[in-house]
Amino acid sequence: MLYKEGVPTQDQVLSKFPSIDVLIKPKAIIECYENIPCNPCSTSCPFGAITINENINNIPVVDFDKCTGCGICAYSCPGLAITVSRVKESKALFKIPYEFMPSPIEGEIWYAVNRYGEVIGDAKIIKVDNRPSQDKTLLVHVEVDKSLLYDFITIRRKTNG
Amino acid sequence: MVERVKCVRIKNHPILKFNQDRKKLYFTFNGEKVYGYEGDTIASALHALGVKKLSESIRLKRPRGFYCAIGNCASCNMIVDGVPNVRTCITLLKEGVDVRTQTDKGVLDVK
Amino acid sequence: MLNRELVIIGGGPAGLCAALNAAKSGQSSLIIERSPMLGGQLIKQTHMFFGSEKQYAKSRGFEIAEKLIEEVRKSPLIEVWVNTTALGLYEDKVLTVLKEEEYLKLKADAYIIATGASEKSLAFENNDLPGVYGAGAVQTLMNVYGVKPGHKIIMVGSGNIGLIVSYQLLQAGVKVIAVVEASSKIGGYKVHAAKLRRYGIPIYINTTIKKAIGKDFVEKVETIKLDDNFEFIPGTEQVYDVDAVCVAVGLSPLSQLLTMVGCEMKYVSELGGVVPVLSDKNETSIPGIYACGDVCAIEEASSAIVEGYLTGLVASKFLGKVHPEYDKLIDQYKQELTNLRSGPFGKKLRDGFLKLKGESNAL
Repeated sequence: MLYKEGVPTQDQVLSKFPSIDVLIKPKAIIECYENIPCNPCSTSCPFGAITINENINNIPVVDFDKCTGCGICAYSCPGLAITVSRVKESKALFKIPYEFMPSPIEGEIWYAVNRYGEVIGDAKIIKVDNRPSQDKTLLVHVEVDKSLLYDFITIRRKTNG
Repeated sequence: MVERVKCVRIKNHPILKFNQDRKKLYFTFNGEKVYGYEGDTIASALHALGVKKLSESIRLKRPRGFYCAIGNCASCNMIVDGVPNVRTCITLLKEGVDVRTQTDKGVLDVK
Repeated sequence: MLNRELVIIGGGPAGLCAALNAAKSGQSSLIIERSPMLGGQLIKQTHMFFGSEKQYAKSRGFEIAEKLIEEVRKSPLIEVWVNTTALGLYEDKVLTVLKEEEYLKLKADAYIIATGASEKSLAFENNDLPGVYGAGAVQTLMNVYGVKPGHKIIMVGSGNIGLIVSYQLLQAGVKVIAVVEASSKIGGYKVHAAKLRRYGIPIYINTTIKKAIGKDFVEKVETIKLDDNFEFIPGTEQVYDVDAVCVAVGLSPLSQLLTMVGCEMKYVSELGGVVPVLSDKNETSIPGIYACGDVCAIEEASSAIVEGYLTGLVASKFLGKVHPEYDKLIDQYKQELTNLRSGPFGKKLRDGFLKLKGESNAL
């Protein structure tokens, strides 16, 4: 449970995803489950796809028709609660925020990790964005097996055995 | 003898940049020549050297280190250049300063 | 005796913003700060801030500090004394300070007390061992001086500070073995908790520290589980190897100067401790004495910033310098504060403010 373990339930996670046919294009998955006073995702979206309105305690709502999956919200969220998700054939492609060293490098294989911090498979690093506008939050493009779509949340470096 | 702990200073940080070219400042700790860097406080320089015990409690002589790091709790009081009760967590390190563990209420030598 | 019109005690976000808005009203001020640098707790915050754009949301704390400090340094109306500790504020409005090695007396027409808050401590066996640090201390060592507080640390407290500092410890390359929380639920924002879980840090609720173990510094720590009455459950002890314990159990306002000068004070636990009774414009019960930021109630930097801006305007008006858009800005700041405090996380604060005013929902 979220307030006891810090991990959302499967139902809570699924409620943030659009149907799988929508995910042929990349879409923002905003895992914000609490009313906290915060709105950078909404104000940084260039397409007006995220709605919070005047009361900044409102939980953000994504309009998947307007969302292009650009990833700006993913590195703007102070809680690092947003990922961009897309399904392509047998793979799931993600853009995730990442703020640790050493930084992932294109081509490397890292562990795919779930919301409990458990390793669930491999993640291939496709690309790493680090533009000045991101203010040091990296946006890492990652490819995992499609079966991990609802479980994958972040990457962990494989240490040399 | 001051304990040495390796690699306690952060070199690479994902968000912050720590200047690696700061000037080394030599000072003495309980008579031993040690060093820190410009910009350190006395307490942070000692911590980087692995020195965690900064003073002793007055009656039971229990080891004390720092706690709040912003000058509130007085856990980090040491004798600096002969002056006791100096809050080393907010006192910048200067070249040649003499720092000693304080083990009592602190007596100021007034000449 | 040195004379000034407006003295602001505390150079953190509240104090800096008060000085800036005083300057915009044409009012000069002197900021007194006991640390070697301005910025208060902001300078240690590496995470992106919440709130809205008006409170610099999305910017990292230390970047906000840099912006505010730069504006303050550029202003010809703002004087700054660092390494200066306020020693006492007397009923005749005299302030004594220790400026480096010099003892000075100041008399001002108005004072803004923005002294912030300090860490609470937690009672457990050997809690005085070196290596047991407040969360703020851990942040200061890591983010200001670039020194690791330890290599393996346990975090006590799952409020926002405990959760955020745990994440910052990971970023500094320190292993966090667990976060322990005495109550039965995680106190801070769940997005912070979720980050820790995905990076492999367990969060144990209903758990606290029984004792720290070590001779000259912390070497191990023993945790124990708690029942619903916060009593130890015997037999549930666990020992971990650590070299530091980070205690993040809350902050308490540093309101001693306000008590000393004779302001009406009240103990309100929801607000963090002994706080001044204030009007809705941050005026204390003594004309010419104001308070803003964490010293009034433990909140976030976003509130401290807005309160600082508001109080700067109000104090300036008292001294005869009125900002051309005074009424509009006061309303705007009050609205921003209401918005920040309106969600479920603001409930404790709202209850606290009601108690402070003397009304209570419980009655």
